[in-house]
Amino acid sequence: MEQTRNQPSAGKFWSWFFPVGRQVGGWAFALNRLTALGLTLYLFIHLTALGLLAKGPDGYDNFLALTENPVIKLGEWAVVAAVFLHGFNGIRILLTSFGVGVTRQRQLFYGFMVVAVLVILIFTLRMYRVY
Amino acid sequence: MAEKWKITLRVHRQKENQEPHFDDFQMEVNPDEYVLDAVERAWAFHDRSLCFRHACHHSTCGACGMRVNGVEKLTCITLIRDVTHNGATLKVEPLRNFPVVSDLAVDMGPLYRKMERVNGRAVSPVTEAEIENPPSKWVPEDSEYLRLSDCIECGLCISACPIMATTPEYLGPAPLAAAQDQGLRRKPELLSIVDCEDGVWRCHSAFECTAVCPSFVDPARRIMNLRTQVVDMRLRKLFGKA
Repeated sequence: MEQTRNQPSAGKFWSWFFPVGRQVGGWAFALNRLTALGLTLYLFIHLTALGLLAKGPDGYDNFLALTENPVIKLGEWAVVAAVFLHGFNGIRILLTSFGVGVTRQRQLFYGFMVVAVLVILIFTLRMYRVY
Repeated sequence: MAEKWKITLRVHRQKENQEPHFDDFQMEVNPDEYVLDAVERAWAFHDRSLCFRHACHHSTCGACGMRVNGVEKLTCITLIRDVTHNGATLKVEPLRNFPVVSDLAVDMGPLYRKMERVNGRAVSPVTEAEIENPPSKWVPEDSEYLRLSDCIECGLCISACPIMATTPEYLGPAPLAAAQDQGLRRKPELLSIVDCEDGVWRCHSAFECTAVCPSFVDPARRIMNLRTQVVDMRLRKLFGKA
């Protein structure tokens, strides 16, 4: 039946990331989901890399050599950015979940995102100096 | 002389076993009319097979909830001027997360059944109502007066909630707000209904429900408050004070 098209289903998870018609809280929700998925993916890559240790030092060293690639460096930066965006957004959710700042959730989101961006900028500068 | 705009009303059409599509209706409107007026004009002067829900025309019945240019609105109180401009297109679609019966009309049954699960109240004693500036002391007779519930069960919150889109079992904003309205201390039987996988903890704080609510129920704030009530009740049970 075509009528089932408009009903909820797990396959509609893509709608979480569709920004049209959403408001600040919806964008915050989408950002949190997106960064969470990215960090979960990173966790798998990280554990796989650590698993290479079982194959001896050569296997791990070869993998580490990959991290000199600029694309991988950009990926590392993205992981750290995702940590701060997800973490500060998470603090907002924690506060509102227990009644703190519920009616000011938009302002909380903007405030925490400003802090997150500042921290990411500081990290970016340090990363640029080191590499 | 009333101002006149020419708009294109783009309406979602879907009859049984048909592929959904959009029909365009060109019309002249007064921008200070409401979106529901434009939909009614499409039905009256263009296509009598157009199906939509409406009743009171003053935001009391909650029947005319639709998506207007992608955002959930109660169309009887949404001014055309606020959602489009002269010469532009105005797109109306049925609410999300409900089965489409025909065109813009959806089956509200899933919401009504969930409201029944939590015994959502149409009226409550005025002494139990959340109202601004309540008297410092209620007198006994005040408890005889009833107040209409703010929630008009229009379903806009269910349509806007991103979690609702993927989890049909989730109670959803309006039923959770109805549970909060009664209070877990007064209705402890609601605890097991709201404190579960598809209850109050399924909300992921998108606050879209509050953003679209036309009746100032503020479901998101009520869900957060219900969480503190659940924690309070659980702690009381743990320490034998329930």
